[in-house]
Amino acid sequence: MTATATPREVPLHRALGLEDVELDAIRGKLGREPNGLELAMFSVMWSEHCSYKSSRPLLRTLPTTGKDVVAGVGEQAGVIAIGDGLAVAFKIESHNHPSAVEPYQGAATGVGGILRDIFAMGARPIAVLDALRFGDPSDARTRHLVDGVVRGVGGYGNCVGVPTVGGELVFDPSYQGNPLVNVMAIGLLEDGMLTHASGDGPGNLVVLYGSATGRDGIGGASVLASATFGDQDPSKRPSVQVGDPFAEKLLIEATLELIAKGLVVSIQDLGAAGITCATSETADRGGTGMLVDLDAIPRREPGMEPFEVMISESQERMVAIVEPGRWDAVRAVCERWDLPVAVIGRVTEEPDIVVLTAPDGSGALDADGVPVPGAVELARIPARALASEAIVFQRESRAPSRRRAAPAPGASVEPADTLPGRGQDPGAVLTALLGSANLSSRRQVYEQYDSNVQSNTVAGPGRGAAMLRIKGTTKALVATTDANAPIGQHDPWLGAAMSVAEASRNVSITGARPLAVTNCLNFGDPTRPEAFWQLAEAVRGLADACVALGLPVTGGNVSLYNEAPGSAIAPTPEIGVVGLLDDVSTRVGPAFRAPDNAILLVGETKAGLAGSEYERLAGAAPEDGPPPLDLEREVAVQAFIREAIARGLVESCQDVSGGGLAVAVAEMCIWGDTGATLRVGVGDSPAVALFGESPSRLVVEVVPRHVPAFELLARHHGLPVHALGTTGGPRLVVELAGDGATGAAEERGSRIADALEVPVTDLRHAWDHGLPRALGWEGDGAADHAAEAALPGSEVAD
Amino acid sequence: MTVRVGIVLFPGSNRDIDAVNGLTVAGAVPQILWHEDVDLSGVSGILLPGGFAYGDYLRAGVIARFSPVMRAVAEFAARGGPVLGICNGFQVLAEAGLVPGALLRNRGLRFVCREVALMPERLDTPFTREIGERRPLRMPVAHGEGCYYADDETLDALERDGQVLWRYTAADGSVALPDDPGNPNGSLRGIAGVANAAGNVAGLMPHPETAVEALIGSADGLGIIRSLVVSAEEWAASGAITGTRAPATAGAAS
Repeated sequence: MTATATPREVPLHRALGLEDVELDAIRGKLGREPNGLELAMFSVMWSEHCSYKSSRPLLRTLPTTGKDVVAGVGEQAGVIAIGDGLAVAFKIESHNHPSAVEPYQGAATGVGGILRDIFAMGARPIAVLDALRFGDPSDARTRHLVDGVVRGVGGYGNCVGVPTVGGELVFDPSYQGNPLVNVMAIGLLEDGMLTHASGDGPGNLVVLYGSATGRDGIGGASVLASATFGDQDPSKRPSVQVGDPFAEKLLIEATLELIAKGLVVSIQDLGAAGITCATSETADRGGTGMLVDLDAIPRREPGMEPFEVMISESQERMVAIVEPGRWDAVRAVCERWDLPVAVIGRVTEEPDIVVLTAPDGSGALDADGVPVPGAVELARIPARALASEAIVFQRESRAPSRRRAAPAPGASVEPADTLPGRGQDPGAVLTALLGSANLSSRRQVYEQYDSNVQSNTVAGPGRGAAMLRIKGTTKALVATTDANAPIGQHDPWLGAAMSVAEASRNVSITGARPLAVTNCLNFGDPTRPEAFWQLAEAVRGLADACVALGLPVTGGNVSLYNEAPGSAIAPTPEIGVVGLLDDVSTRVGPAFRAPDNAILLVGETKAGLAGSEYERLAGAAPEDGPPPLDLEREVAVQAFIREAIARGLVESCQDVSGGGLAVAVAEMCIWGDTGATLRVGVGDSPAVALFGESPSRLVVEVVPRHVPAFELLARHHGLPVHALGTTGGPRLVVELAGDGATGAAEERGSRIADALEVPVTDLRHAWDHGLPRALGWEGDGAADHAAEAALPGSEVAD
Repeated sequence: MTVRVGIVLFPGSNRDIDAVNGLTVAGAVPQILWHEDVDLSGVSGILLPGGFAYGDYLRAGVIARFSPVMRAVAEFAARGGPVLGICNGFQVLAEAGLVPGALLRNRGLRFVCREVALMPERLDTPFTREIGERRPLRMPVAHGEGCYYADDETLDALERDGQVLWRYTAADGSVALPDDPGNPNGSLRGIAGVANAAGNVAGLMPHPETAVEALIGSADGLGIIRSLVVSAEEWAASGAITGTRAPATAGAAS
């Protein structure tokens, strides 16, 4: 094990990231001292990334069942039946630490890894969504990371021919030292294609196909994904995998062909922990073991240590369990796709993973899978000890003593929530919000992704949830990701619950029915009680919201230790939701469609500016808190809008979220290329009314003759509806009415407190140029060539 | 009877799904041609789809041109059969010398996926005959190496001989020159697609095969795919196509 010797003279197990108690547990499992190879195998399998040793007790509390759930937690991806003999497979995963070390390859292999989880289930990948979070956009290193990650996502996704149809790009100081790269993939499969990674049938062949095994990604799971960063450590760079999207494309086609032809018993992709993970998890699920012939594994380079071969995270590899009689057919398919393929072992009754080598390295197993004379046993570990029976820790959880920073001595306790009284021009605030780094158009980023390959994209990136039609049916899939980290910073339960609420709301407002949730839990060091408390609270919020909304959690992953010196990330439970629209022709978009239509607000505006984009821009009162979430109300709002859309009462719909009501309406104006005239009661807090982000609210465009039916339906659902105004004209006009208004009004001697009045062209300009300005991309070729020129001959979309 | 149009499948092709959909909507029977096939019998037209043939790690299309199927495609073209290359397929045709010019990295040096407006220069060619009227056609581009380049003499000759089939169009309807936002990649003289001298082989960077249904953004590309299908039918019936000259030989393009 010379290759793991470290400059510091520390015991091997610690050098591999194992704690002393874990070494003791390993001794208990084996009933003896582990050797170096066995320690290396345990170190990757018992890493936080593979074992969920800190989070597993929490994850057990999530709702995971539903009548349409075909495959759920514990599988490589969740699968939900959608009728017509079809099912949808989807999952979200993080690649945070690799992306922080090497942004291009980190992001690229993040895409590759999640795609393999999808097609390993027998599904053809049809879409990717990428949720990205970075620190200060004006910081040089942030810009380097953004550029690399965006190029990596595009470079990989574009080449494999899977459209990138949505996601997020968020800037927050808490991600300065530790960016988040979460990638969600969606696949479509026909009944009969579903494949489980279960090593059934002793005597069956263990077949490795795809790229050869090299030294890249040695110990990625343990070294990178499961430890906090010191200052960027170049010695970690060899731990970052290198992606080959061309090989992945061949792997997709070969794998789907193998499954379609019924040539394989089971398939699992190789990701974290490489061959060790694929063999032990597959065997464990089947209640079997495996003989692994180290000599038979195709290598990319000579002189690799056994542990390097066993834990390498070289990309674009798959393990299949194959009946001996089908081997020739399997080999023929792989060779047709120019993929190396080899029999590397046998499934055994004996539930151990046994790694063998021949003295001369010429092959440890004979044609019948029997160890050759003199074959040396390098490792023998019960499969379940590596997988389902990996160590679990009950981490200490402690609520932080101070939830929020106390106001600085002498600081004003006057709420910042007195606009326009405190002299802020609401129009200027709106324009600033639209042009802010987090709310402005993401186009300069998503135009670097192929968003329409495969000819299914009904709604691509940039305007709420993505929509993909399902060829040969009237149906469409709707997908979105969301995470409300600023709220989570104040209250992890609320942040997680709001993330589920908003993600599912964004699916419901298209008319689609949310099917299920996948989640990626990005948190800090679980050995810090306060960080673990954040995780525990977020999982509780996730569970509560999913139960209320009737959404099963079908999988995902957990990324802990997201900390850099002096900073832990805001608790970030990234939520992915997939929904089903039965008749795509009934879909509703978020762009205003026609002038002289009624604009209505469904739901109630609640106080609380903490965690809002307005707070980021203008500050909030120190004693102010985040807005409340009423899950029953959220359920009613979503059920209502789906029914209203199904009845044909809705022209367009947008939920109120980042930037509040004013930004929601402004976006509908920009996208619909029309103005609107509104009158908003501002009570005693104009900022809350215009820019507050309290949840469970919708802005809906309705043709005048449908307004009575719409309002009646809302009453049936117990929901308040306020008429805001009408569409039309070249500018967005919002008259503020109410107490807070009159106060300021007297000073101005007018009946209306303050009117927000901005030409739509100005709103669009601010929204369009915010991101390139924030990232210093102006003058960049991409930005230059990305001006939103109205195309000749183009009609208004949606 | 419906005509068969072959879709050349290289390892790394990824718009084959779009090509199958586009040809089907246009009324043809799509037939996948594996990159090792040399027998094209049964197909009356060929579509080279988008993607990253062989990974395109060296340069787009540079390896694909040497594949066995490309010899057959060149031979098919030499006999006057209609061949349309889209995106990566255009790059392969250019590398193979079956259409003039070259495709360089986008001027912005980034991959660009966006809807563009494409103006057909002529309506009397095998690849534009079904478009109907001369108006801007909305369809997506999605490429990193789509900047059309040729030297001035070649460009002058192409324009003189009517080999420029499509140009990117600016918001005001004029040609989108390299600096115009309507030109996604900096292509010289706004050229988005060209034909060979004989007129039976053409390539373009935008994706008409992905723009055949309003549901997925636009149906403006259908006229181009329909043109290929109609030309294939005509070639199947008569061995010649209206609007083409004497059968070209590979290389005669430039």
